[in-house]
Order: sequence, then C-alpha cells, then structure tokens
Amino acid sequence: MRPETQSLRHWRLPAPRLLAFAVWRRNALVWRRLMLSNLVMHFGEPLLYLLGLGYGLGRFIGEMNGVGYFAFLASGMVAASGMMSSSYEGIYSAYTRMVPQKTYDGMLATPVEVDDVVAGEMLWCATKSCISGTAILLVAALLGAVATAHALLCVPILLLVGLAFAGPALAVSALSPSYDFFSYYFTLVITPMFILCGVFYPIDSLPEIAQSAVLALPLTHAVALMRPLATGAPVEHPLTHLAVLAGFAAAGFYAAVALVRRRFIV
Amino acid sequence: MSSGRMRATLAGETALTEDVIDARRLVKQFGAAPVVDHVDLRIPRGGCFGLLGPNGAGKTTTLRMILGLSPPSGGSLTVLGEPMPAAGRRVRARIGVVSQDDNLDPDFTVMENLRAYASYFPRPAAHRRPPRPFLLSLLEFVALADRAESRIQDLSGGMRRRLAIARSLVNEPELLILDEPTTGLDPQVRHLIWSRLRELAEGGTTVLLTTHYMEEAERLCDRLAIIDHGRILIEDAPRALVAGEVEPSVVEVRAGSRPPPPELSRQARVEAIDGVWHCHTSVPEAVLASLQQYPGLEYLHRPANLEDVFLRLTGRELRD
Repeated sequence: MRPETQSLRHWRLPAPRLLAFAVWRRNALVWRRLMLSNLVMHFGEPLLYLLGLGYGLGRFIGEMNGVGYFAFLASGMVAASGMMSSSYEGIYSAYTRMVPQKTYDGMLATPVEVDDVVAGEMLWCATKSCISGTAILLVAALLGAVATAHALLCVPILLLVGLAFAGPALAVSALSPSYDFFSYYFTLVITPMFILCGVFYPIDSLPEIAQSAVLALPLTHAVALMRPLATGAPVEHPLTHLAVLAGFAAAGFYAAVALVRRRFIV
Repeated sequence: MSSGRMRATLAGETALTEDVIDARRLVKQFGAAPVVDHVDLRIPRGGCFGLLGPNGAGKTTTLRMILGLSPPSGGSLTVLGEPMPAAGRRVRARIGVVSQDDNLDPDFTVMENLRAYASYFPRPAAHRRPPRPFLLSLLEFVALADRAESRIQDLSGGMRRRLAIARSLVNEPELLILDEPTTGLDPQVRHLIWSRLRELAEGGTTVLLTTHYMEEAERLCDRLAIIDHGRILIEDAPRALVAGEVEPSVVEVRAGSRPPPPELSRQARVEAIDGVWHCHTSVPEAVLASLQQYPGLEYLHRPANLEDVFLRLTGRELRD
C-alpha cells in the first residue's frame, strides 16, 4: 500500500461499538479507586474560584445582568468546570493511558478497536464533566444561587459539554510527543476560553470583534445554555448552542479517532 | 487449568486442519526500506512455532500484522481462516497476546486486571462476567493464585509476566502470540513459563512466539523460522536445522593471537574470532589429534547447537 492511501485509511469514518462501554467502565473503576484525590483536584479548584471571586468580588459588583454576581459566576463556573475536568481527563489522564502506561496497546490486542477506545474515553471525559459540574451546581444550590429546578437540565448539558471538549483534548494527546506539549494547550486554548467566554462577565462587554470570535468557541455556548437555566431566565437560541456543542463533539471525535489510529495502527 | 478446557474452544473439524497463519509474499514498508520483505509463512494448528531473529529483524512487525494492528504494504495474510486486517475484531477475539512491554493496569489488583481485560471481549449475554473460579484457575496455571488481591506495584518482573500470560488466556484463545516472553526473567520463571507454554501447545492451542534466546527456541518450539532483515532465511524443526545447516561438532580453541594452522582448515570450517578458533567439523577426533601438536592450548569440544546455525545464517556483526 502506498503511503498516501495509508494515511487516508486513518480518516475513514469511525464505527464504534458497545465495547466502548468496557473502556468507559475501566476508567470508572480506576476513578472509584482514587475518588478522593480526584474530587479534591477537579472540584476544589472551581470551588475556590467560586467562593473566592463570588463572595470577594460579588461584594463590590453587586449585580451583573440583573442577577447577583455570586449566582452569575456560579452558573458560569458550572460550565467552566465541565470544560476543565473533561480537558484534564482527555489530556493528562488519557495521555498517561495512551503512552507511558500502554493501556491502549493492551486493549487494541483484543477485539476493542481505536474507535471504541476513543468513544469510551470521550464518554468517560463527559462523565467527569458531569460529575464536577454537578458538584458545583449542588454547592451553588446549597448557597441559594440556583433559582429554579430547570437547573437540573444542566446535568445532561454537562455531558454534551464534556464531549465537546473531550474530542479536541484526545486529538491533542494523540499528536503530543510528551507531557510538555500540554501546557501550550491549556495556556493557548483552555485558559483564554475560561477568561473570555462569559464565565466572569457577559460577553457583550467585549469589543465587537472579540464578541464574534468568542461565539465560535464552545464554552461561550455552554455558558449561554446553563446560566439562564440556573438563574431562572429564558434560554435564547437553545438549538444553536446545542448544535455548536454537538458539532465540536462530532468533529473532535472524528479527529481524535483518526489521530489515535495514526499513532497506533502503523 | 486442564488442557481439555483449552481444547473445548476449538472449532469444528475443518478448522482443525487449516493453517492457523497463512502469509504469502507479505511485505511491510516504512518509507523506502522494507521491514518485512516478502515473507511466506504457513503455521499449522497446534504445537509451538518460533520466530527467531536478531533485534530489528522484523519479528514484532510480523506479529503486529498478524494481529491486524499494522496493515501490510503488500502480499496476503490469513489468520484463523480469515483475511487480515479486514477481520481484525473477529480474529483478535480468538487470539491471546503477551506483548514485549508490560501493559498491565497499574491501578488494578491482579484479579481486577483479569476482569477488566476479560471485559474487552464480547461475551454471550448468558455470562457477562467471567466466573471467578475460571479466573482463579488462570492464576493457578501461572502460580499466582495466592496473589489474586495484590497490587501490580507489589509484583516482581517475573510475576508480572506470568500475570500477562494468565491475562492472555481469559478468552481461551486458539492462537497464543508471545513477543519475547522470557526476556529479562530469572531461570526459575523461565522454566515455569516454558513448561506452561508446552502444556498449552500440547492441549491444542497454537503457540507462536518470538525470541532471540536459542535455548528457548530449541527447547520449546516444534518448528522455527529464522528471520533477518525482514526475510525468512530458513524454516524447520530445531534439530533438523542443526543437522542440516552446520557440522555436528564444534571445537573452540583459545588461541590468543596465533593464526589457525593450515591443516586445521582441511579438517574443519574454522572461524577465528577475538582470539578463539571456532572449528566446525564432522571429524572432531582428527581436529583434536591435530591440536595435540600444540601443547598448552585450551579447548572445548561440544556438539553443534542452534546458536551455531543462527550465527552462520545471520552473521556476527552487532545489531543495535
């Protein structure tokens, strides 16, 4: 086979099977084992932001877009923690399984294929997004920052948010020669989204050109869905937001499958 | 584990007669240089087959193609009667693999490793989880039954390799593939592994392994292919290789810088390497008589072995 057809082969459409759940289950079992340290890591940081900034800044800011700043920030933090935990999982943890720990090599010697591994990993990243986002939501609710039971809809949306960030993260892991590479991804991709996509302030306070730029980023749409749900306002353009997140999930899945194939099926 | 249990997984009569692996003109190329170069290989069902070759000879790449993890650049490949890599999933469901590197799950115990690995094989709905007694019987088979609840970090290298072998049997494979299964292990573990692999081969499992240990190849394998630079140089039973490819006796003479005397080369094929004359001969008595003329020489007379064949075919230069 010629090299060109060889690389095209990696880009044929993914066809994952139910075995993906075996991959998901493996990760879930490991997580259960290390639950405590995991919770501290992925839940502690957003909680710190929420309490520190929410109370500290909230005292000066008062209201933002008609809601108390604490509630405003809490709803943004739910989306951001979904992004963060899915990205961490898809970058550091998945890379550890992919390269130093050789977990993928073991799986790929069985009927499990790359398509199943990536699908299982993405589902697992989405699960992590859901766990940490829901935990933040729960804290916000206990502190009186959640207005209605519609906020429960954030839970399935967190799954979609997790998927939207998992695909790109896994694709970056598959491309990465070492751990060093990942700080670029966080510094150049994840942190800017965290700062710019409406978690801390409404995006319409950005300059116009920046506004249209952040509309292309998935976190903007995650925040746009979850903030009204948590604060009791009507959601505007819900289908657009869902479609953008689903688009990132699908494109990310496709790219991640192709790039993991390129790394393993040689 | 009884050999009957392993045999129970074998398919019908027709499956018993076909070759487990049938590679024709198989090629794998990375860039310009072929790593596997027109390999023809037919491995019959049952017994133990060895791929013997120096580092970089193409052994691991050949195994990866057999598993469907590396699409061939040319030729055809049938494994367990199915075309590869097209039938990868179905075929891998019937194969067990022990890879060169340790890829056990460090976050799991011994038993959890087996259970997680078993979950990667589609199972009939009737038994979604492999029964614990079956998994324990696998651990017993590799003398790890008392370590079922141990963490992987607490296992020695030999235990890990034995666990990797137990893990490769969770799907009761028809074909077991091992890539250098005893590299880096102490003699006790090596002997245990050899005896277990023999047991499996005699119970009807086809065992395919790569090695660069001559002793392993000689003791374990019913048939061997010597592979170098991606080509199969020769294939036969180990004894037949020794009988057919080299003179039956070797006299090794520690000679220092002296050149071998000319009469010796009439009685033997002499290689002088690093101050040792390796005299390959079918008339060792004559060689020994000639050596009497040179008092003070130290020598060793031994039967020829597989290593002599191997070095004769693959040469003596280092492979790094």
